[in-house]
Amino acid sequence: MVVSGKGFFRGIVDKITGTEAGNDGAVDERGKETAKPGFFERLKNGLSKTHETIVGKIDSLLLGKKKIDSATLEGLEEILISADIGVSTTMELIALLEQRLKRNELSDGETLKRALREEVLSRLSRESAPLDLDSAKPYVIMVIGVNGVGKTTTIGKLAGRYRSEGRDVLLVAGDTFRAAAAEQLEIWAERVGVDVVRHKDGADPSAVVFDGCRAALARNKDIVFVDTAGRLHTKVNLMEELKKMRRIMGREIPGAPHETLLILDASTGQNALSQARLFRDIAGVTGLAVTKLDGTAKGGILVAISSELKIPVRFIGVGEGIDDLREFDSEQFVDAIF
Amino acid sequence: MFENLSDKLDLLFKKLRGQGVMTEENIREALREVRLVLLEADVNFKVVRDFVEAVRSKAIGSQVLQSLAPGQQVIKIVHDELVSLMGGDEDNSLNLAVKPPVSIMLVGLQGSGKTTSCGKLARFLKGQKRRPLLVPADVYRPAAIEQLKTLGRQLALEVFESRADQDPVNICRDALRYAELSGFDTVIYDTAGRLQIDAPLMDELARIKAAIDPEEILLVADAMTGQEAVNVATGFNECLGLSGVVLTKLDGDARGGAALSIKAVTGKPIKFVGLGEKLDAFEVFHADRLVSRILGMGDMLTLIERAQSTIDLKESEKLQQKLKKNEFNLEDFKVQLQQIKKMGSLESIMGMIPGMGKMMKQMQGAQPSENEMKRIEAIIDSMTMAERRNHTIINGSRRLRIAKGSGTTVQEVNQLVKRFVEAQKVVRQLQKLGPKGMLKSMGRLGKGAMPF
Repeated sequence: MVVSGKGFFRGIVDKITGTEAGNDGAVDERGKETAKPGFFERLKNGLSKTHETIVGKIDSLLLGKKKIDSATLEGLEEILISADIGVSTTMELIALLEQRLKRNELSDGETLKRALREEVLSRLSRESAPLDLDSAKPYVIMVIGVNGVGKTTTIGKLAGRYRSEGRDVLLVAGDTFRAAAAEQLEIWAERVGVDVVRHKDGADPSAVVFDGCRAALARNKDIVFVDTAGRLHTKVNLMEELKKMRRIMGREIPGAPHETLLILDASTGQNALSQARLFRDIAGVTGLAVTKLDGTAKGGILVAISSELKIPVRFIGVGEGIDDLREFDSEQFVDAIF
Repeated sequence: MFENLSDKLDLLFKKLRGQGVMTEENIREALREVRLVLLEADVNFKVVRDFVEAVRSKAIGSQVLQSLAPGQQVIKIVHDELVSLMGGDEDNSLNLAVKPPVSIMLVGLQGSGKTTSCGKLARFLKGQKRRPLLVPADVYRPAAIEQLKTLGRQLALEVFESRADQDPVNICRDALRYAELSGFDTVIYDTAGRLQIDAPLMDELARIKAAIDPEEILLVADAMTGQEAVNVATGFNECLGLSGVVLTKLDGDARGGAALSIKAVTGKPIKFVGLGEKLDAFEVFHADRLVSRILGMGDMLTLIERAQSTIDLKESEKLQQKLKKNEFNLEDFKVQLQQIKKMGSLESIMGMIPGMGKMMKQMQGAQPSENEMKRIEAIIDSMTMAERRNHTIINGSRRLRIAKGSGTTVQEVNQLVKRFVEAQKVVRQLQKLGPKGMLKSMGRLGKGAMPF
């Protein structure tokens, strides 16, 4: 609650100063990650539609209303659901707001918005933490997700980032199923200047993982990214395959995978919850990366997942460029939405 | 996750059973459930609102009041309304009856499954005795062209030569000319994924459209898409004028409510659905089946149809004869296994049976995996013909040989023989019961008695 209190305070400060520069500065001060100028701008642009759907609609909902009543909250319910926040999280939020309403804490639209922002932020920031890449060497990051969410692209971008920070990165092409998946990873490896370990199409992914781990140890790599084939979380056999890959990693490199990163497509609806839940239960997901968050009315599912499953969001992607994939900052995110 | 709608409504209406009268009040509660189910299924909230209103006006009235099982009645109204919203029996086939080559263009967001759908569509058309040319026009994503080429090789279909440094519009124009000259009757264009708000890239699509004048522009949409589906569909439709939709990744547990939203806002029919990663997991769309799925009611029809199309009639007649003579042997057992395998993964089959979805979750781990099926086949393959015909001759040393030959253990061979004996027993019982009793006893079959 301390964090959310801070955010609440900053929210007011921002409203007073009314500058986004203030926000950017604040991010730099925290020193977590020196935000290149403009990222917040891009994040904000990327989420502008989400902002419009939530804040715009809330504003028009509240227009001309002097008092907040239960009918207003019902309208709010619809707005939240239409931002993919999900039925159960929405109900939870509404119930909390109702309580506040009863305690007469919601006198007007501004306090309602602020209360909502506070609740959303506390849900998001409960679990946020950056990766501690120095905690192990090699630090193994296994990347999983359903088909077409952007696993390989995310690896490519992150590898580029870490490479430019001076870390020695190895990519392991564990997607041996989809046509030309290994080629796609190879092109990324070439583009950002890192090594890649691959086998032929149709090879056993666990064998690739084994070779990748050995190569990482032999070449003294800092970070290993293991790409995996996209799989729907309901396919038992494919999920078993993930378990096997994990076992091999853990055997070759103690403690690996140090991070199991689940990639989610931001335009996914309620199914994202089911994905996160099953991948967490079977493959021990330790972090999320949400891709394709740019431009459109989406991303609410992030709130639903943080709220229901308590998995930290590590990265968000708001555009196609390498710089558009960033560490997730719950305050920045909430600021961009509200 | 949420239970299916019928369970929920049953519960809701149980309270009303004794009262015998349905009031507007009761329906309101039922409609709230309907609304929640649809929202959980990712149907757009505006579409849901209109829809619930339509159901309300239909439900309030004599139909429901006189009904004995009001819960069922409401479900029926909801179901029928949804089917008609989805276009019902409307024709959703491709428009191929024009002067060849027919151009089919696939568009959509990144990662919705365009390239895979291109391959699947080509395979589908090849099955209809057409000669498709695949055109990779995705020059942005690394190795996208290579992916389509690989699919082309797998399908033994020609893929137009293109390179990532070419202009997509030129690629498409050249490909069409090439198709005309080389006698292809269908051209399938795989375009790069893009956001509907990305103006330069949308403009590129419009230019491709102008260059090739396609008969069909299909939006490839992920069944898991949330509320955003409406904006995506509207964006692409306004820019290009879609002719239909391919709904992909329906083999997961997503309800596919996005399809309903897309159809409701654009009016464009869903033409195909993608049901898996393999190239044959592709089917013509049926509104009523998707509706059952959205409502969580299983999908028996697809299952039956798939069974009909894959199970060899002659084989099953032969099997019938054998069953009558009590001659069901290990060889037949294997043929049966193979036919089931042809129908698709066990999981997908089970998922289509109403009520099985839930059961599957409980059975997780207990259910035979594809690998296990492979092992069973290997074991039977390692038997001599005599052994397959008469399993009683399989003694200890034969078992050891079979285990060695199939790379399994004696225990596994034992297990298979035991299972087979049980299956034989079941088959014999079913035979006595006749076709009517069969269904009944199927329900009683425990896990242990399942032949595979």
